[in-house]
Amino acid sequence: MSDAATMSPGGRALNNSLVMTARSLRLSSRNVDAVFTSLMLPIMLMLIFVYLFGGAISTGTGEPYVAYVVPGVLLLCAGFGSSGTAVSVNEDMKGGIIDRLRSLDVAGAAILAGHVASSAVRNVVSTVLVLGVALLIGFRPTPTLPGALAAAGLLLAFIIAISWLAAAVGLLTGSPEAAGAFSFFMMFLTYPSSTFAPIATMPSWIHGFAYNQPVTPVIESLRGLLLNQPVGTDPWVALAWCGGILLVAVGLSGRLFRNRTA
Amino acid sequence: MSPERPLEVADPERRTRAISAIGLEKSYGRGDRRVKVLDGIDLTVERGTVFSLLGPNGAGKTTAVRILATLADADGGTARVAGYDVRTQRRQVRRAVSLTGQFASVDEKQTGEENLRMMARLGGLSRPAARRRAAELLERFDLTAAGRRLTGTYSGGMRRRLDLAAGLVGEPEVIFLDEPTTGLDPRSRQELWRVVRDLSAGGSTVFLTTQYLEEADQLADRIAVLDGGRLVAEGTAAELKSRVSGHRLDVVVADAAAYERLAPLAVQRSADTLTLGLPTDGTATRVRALLDEIDPERRDVVSFTVHSASLDDVFMALTGRAKTTKEPTHV
Ligand SMILES: Nc1ncnc2c1ncn2[C@@H]1O[C@H](COP(=O)(O)OP(=O)(O)O)[C@@H](O)[C@H]1O
Ligand SMILES: [Mg+2]
Repeated sequence: MSDAATMSPGGRALNNSLVMTARSLRLSSRNVDAVFTSLMLPIMLMLIFVYLFGGAISTGTGEPYVAYVVPGVLLLCAGFGSSGTAVSVNEDMKGGIIDRLRSLDVAGAAILAGHVASSAVRNVVSTVLVLGVALLIGFRPTPTLPGALAAAGLLLAFIIAISWLAAAVGLLTGSPEAAGAFSFFMMFLTYPSSTFAPIATMPSWIHGFAYNQPVTPVIESLRGLLLNQPVGTDPWVALAWCGGILLVAVGLSGRLFRNRTA
Repeated sequence: MSPERPLEVADPERRTRAISAIGLEKSYGRGDRRVKVLDGIDLTVERGTVFSLLGPNGAGKTTAVRILATLADADGGTARVAGYDVRTQRRQVRRAVSLTGQFASVDEKQTGEENLRMMARLGGLSRPAARRRAAELLERFDLTAAGRRLTGTYSGGMRRRLDLAAGLVGEPEVIFLDEPTTGLDPRSRQELWRVVRDLSAGGSTVFLTTQYLEEADQLADRIAVLDGGRLVAEGTAAELKSRVSGHRLDVVVADAAAYERLAPLAVQRSADTLTLGLPTDGTATRVRALLDEIDPERRDVVSFTVHSASLDDVFMALTGRAKTTKEPTHV
């Protein structure tokens, strides 16, 4: 009765990944609280920084503070959004659903790909919302068309890389609560970067880390591309980081998945 | 397929049996914390029959089932399920079997129908075919009315039925059920028993694990008793029961000396109350004879009561010792 036998292995993997993505999106749509929280926090942070602290922060760019802070908020938002992935992967591993999926011969990669793809969809939606709010409070980006596409592509690459990293964290942690702490990790990665203030204004002992961690080149690239300013090699460094994180996360999560289901 | 292995030459019927396992072994943990969970298990299940693996908590039932369903690898031994080798032909085995585990294997935040449609799509059905299959299964398991509710709102019995239905989207030849009625109320248990009988009547092979002698007795053509990772008995329910006395005589003895003297014969012991439980068939003749035998002077036994045998007594009769409730011994 089943077409599974006649489907090519690639076709089956794609079919299964799509079904798992649809599942994951459906589950997110029924967990609006969590999605809403992961969206509200970055937007609140943006409003707080723009209206409360923004006046005190000199970015040295001549742009209004909102233009400075938006790229970082987009990343923060992606970080919070993907911590939902860590939680759902962790919850999946605790229940009987993984055994059922494996006995239907669904590969671990398809299960994780479903989580990551739905995380990407959620994050695209929240990115649009954050940009909407930013426009309302005076953000006026001036990208060229290629610049806008490059920014979108880079942000998507970042989202996918850290979503897959979040999936690995979900496999690594023992409880959904611990998995949820991934959002703190993302917060502590964005604060010592040029998210809210130029790194040059921070104490010098942190410069080495702040300049050379993955979030900074992504933010610098997005800021440059959105405001149509020169970006130098930042986009390439950023892409290399995303590719490296993705590679490590995919390898690590594959290993962890096998270990946890052996 | 690879050329014949010696085992297959020795036993060509292995290919046609629903399940045939030889010498399955599995250990968990590392170093001196390594625990042998399965210690050389042989199993044979004929097509179209109901087979029950009976054993207390921690006996290794889930481990055995997961190995047979290809979800875990054995450390030693071989197994063929539905004619395929669980190690080298994993994919074919997975297509031919389904496993409904001890824990819920459906999403609480999806409706019953959505869960089933998802499983059917993963089984390779097209969208419309998956919808039809889901509707069929809901109907068959009496869940049509609940099909559009989130499964988080289902009762325990409904959840188990949906779990079972989810395992049947691919029309498996061999159905594994791991403790399908543990935690269910008596009515839901009866309903599940009916479902298992229907599956069997429909020609499927059912392999179920249970902690309840009665359940194995009610459903299974053959029963294997697993204890501490070893099979301690195998046969039909009638055969097993003939090896068990069926009742237990509890005697309260007069003093510690009598207690020490009689303790080796007992299935159950309680030193505090000086009570010992002895296996018997419950007939007046045998009870009288047993009392005379253990207390010829008629001064050690103070009082007695007769109970019908529990699973503990069955284990005592089969293993010669009390049911292990602790973890298996370290190896
Ligand atoms: N993944 C595992 N890691 C370590 N020990 C395990 C694992 N799975 C099962 N065990 C141990 O193996 C023994 C048998 O477990 P199990 O097969 O679940 O028994 P049953 O299903 O009969 O209750 C138990 O002592 C359990 O603690
Ligand atoms: Mg079990």
